[in-house]
Amino acid sequence: MTDISQQGSGPAAPSRKHGDTLMQLTARTKRRNAAERRFQAYGIAAIGVGLLMLAILVVNIFGNGMGAFTQTFVSLDVELLESKLDKKGNRDIEDIKKVSTFGYAPLIKGAFEAKVAELGLETDLKSKAMADLLSKSAPAQLRDYVLADPDTIGKTVSFRFLANSRVDGYMKGRVSRESIENDKNISAAQLDFADQLIEAGVIEKTFNPAFIFGADASDQRPEAAGMGVSMLGSLFMMFVVLALALPIGVAASIYLEEFAAKNWLTDIIEVNISNLAAVPSIVFGILGLAVFINYMHLPMSAPLVGGLVLTLMTLPTIIISTRASLKSVPPSIRDAALGVGASKMQAVFHHVLPLAAPGILTGTIIGLAQALGETAPLLLIGMVGFIASNAPDSVASGLMDPNSAMPAQIYEWAKRADPAFYERAWGGIIILLVFLVTMNTLAVILRRRFERRW
Amino acid sequence: MYDTAKTESAVEQMELKIEARNVQVYYGDTHAIKDVNVDIEDKTVTAFIGPSGCGKSTFLRCLNRMNDTIDICRVEGDILLDGEDIYDPKVDPVQLRAKVGMVFQKPNPFPKSIYDNIAYGPRIHGLARTKAELDEIVEKSLRRGAIWDEVKDRLDAPGTGLSGGQQQRLCIARAIATEPEVLLMDEPCSALDPIATAQVEELIDELRQNYSVVIVTHSMQQAARVSQKTAFFHLGNLVEYGETGQIFTNPEDPRTESYITGRIG
Repeated sequence: MTDISQQGSGPAAPSRKHGDTLMQLTARTKRRNAAERRFQAYGIAAIGVGLLMLAILVVNIFGNGMGAFTQTFVSLDVELLESKLDKKGNRDIEDIKKVSTFGYAPLIKGAFEAKVAELGLETDLKSKAMADLLSKSAPAQLRDYVLADPDTIGKTVSFRFLANSRVDGYMKGRVSRESIENDKNISAAQLDFADQLIEAGVIEKTFNPAFIFGADASDQRPEAAGMGVSMLGSLFMMFVVLALALPIGVAASIYLEEFAAKNWLTDIIEVNISNLAAVPSIVFGILGLAVFINYMHLPMSAPLVGGLVLTLMTLPTIIISTRASLKSVPPSIRDAALGVGASKMQAVFHHVLPLAAPGILTGTIIGLAQALGETAPLLLIGMVGFIASNAPDSVASGLMDPNSAMPAQIYEWAKRADPAFYERAWGGIIILLVFLVTMNTLAVILRRRFERRW
Repeated sequence: MYDTAKTESAVEQMELKIEARNVQVYYGDTHAIKDVNVDIEDKTVTAFIGPSGCGKSTFLRCLNRMNDTIDICRVEGDILLDGEDIYDPKVDPVQLRAKVGMVFQKPNPFPKSIYDNIAYGPRIHGLARTKAELDEIVEKSLRRGAIWDEVKDRLDAPGTGLSGGQQQRLCIARAIATEPEVLLMDEPCSALDPIATAQVEELIDELRQNYSVVIVTHSMQQAARVSQKTAFFHLGNLVEYGETGQIFTNPEDPRTESYITGRIG
């Protein structure tokens, strides 16, 4: 605008002193560059600390938990004596059922004695002490086998029995001769005998699918405990959450974002949804206890109730992420649809929703993952059922039957006294983390895959 | 520079398509459009010009009730399309918008195929019963939108993959696919380069054969080139409305003269 030639004769920049050169950094520039480098160093250090923590966590979890996936087994040939199991010899199932697990204990002792004789081992142990190397579930395993197939009575059958948790600990290095000095469950002589059996290949440590797919076991038998049934409980709950939270959340978001008038009422609703997302989960638990169990009389410990409580918890997450992804669809798309004569609903369902779908999907999966790892509300509604038999013949086969959930099961194990349960708690955490990482990866993949540009 | 010869030759009395009577528009407490009266003729290009914020786009959006989507917007007065009040409670804006199509400032094709972009309107209005009929509508619309030759081999390609000018012509083709009677254009060339602008302007001149076109523009040269009638808006008032040649060569109002000579705006 102004005429440049009038003042164009002066120096270009008054701040620049005579003799300054671009080839040399001024003190001010040096300070500024140093500050920049310092800040970058802080950032790298912060990331480094974060990564280090993550590495420690991962190493810790896997170091402590991987042991739960292997288990010590004892292979024995058991002669199923007719004289003990079916005295009348008529294979009447009702008569065979009358023999309790105590009646099977002598068979195991006999199997050990036979093994000692076969291998030519020298030991002072009584056969009772030998049998104590096995899990307390061993006689029950025998009995289940015989009841399933009574015709095997009188034959000699090979079995793989779970070893006692002390023997298992000895195999995994958790138990040593020093650590058992005050332990009444096992003696040094028994460990010596176990060493002989390990030498002979009778005692082996192998992968144990029962930990992943099996049911929980009592305090006395940590070696038999598994995550399977609580996994089923979590699965049922996620089913309930998905079936309720997704349609309700998406419908609420679409209405609030696209149709509702912007007034004080919708403002209040919006603020409350945001607040709800920040409510501690235990509050939802006590709400579930008061409303679903005490007032509506739904069964305690049922995945249905757990799912309802987790739905309440997940709804705000889904609503917030759905609204955010609806908001991110450019308004020009809505204008375009309305401009060619689409109704509001057609514009939303034909154009806006497909574009927002990846975001909605991602939000839902992340909400589900959050719900999957939630423990506190489940404790309040009793989702810590002790289920010791496998589905489908257990009680834990439906939405209304008592069950547990993965994080609640981990909490239960961590609470128990036997150190063998501690290992299982870490193992359970690995399984839970595998689920969470899988779900989050799925969320990322879906977002990448369906993300569209406009 | 102004192509007055063409506009003058086109000046002949046409039927009235839209009559606006004492239209007031409020955004909350702001009085955005003040007492506007305007008659828009059929088979004519009418240009709305004026400085930014003068209300020309707001008024344009009143003509197909796009302002309904804005909660705080309130429209008073009568707007008649072929003698029928479009703000009558009995009128469904969806039916109105099928008759009064709109093209927006920024090209906004749906993120779908070129074919689906055009076919969407006819589909939701049930204009085609068979696939063959729909194909015919799509081809006709793309031809009228002067883009058929460029896209006929890639109708399945996404509409968003076209260049800006092609996208805008696609949007015009999409707007005419529903057989509207009036076409509203809100600064259709503001996001386009001069070559694409020339193509769209040429298209607008052809569309005049069949439609009543109302175009909002910031470019006075464009208004002079494409329109037969021009309305000058200033601060929510319709200052002057008349033959384009008249407005640009011999404006009655001093504000109009100031604007077109570049002293205000």
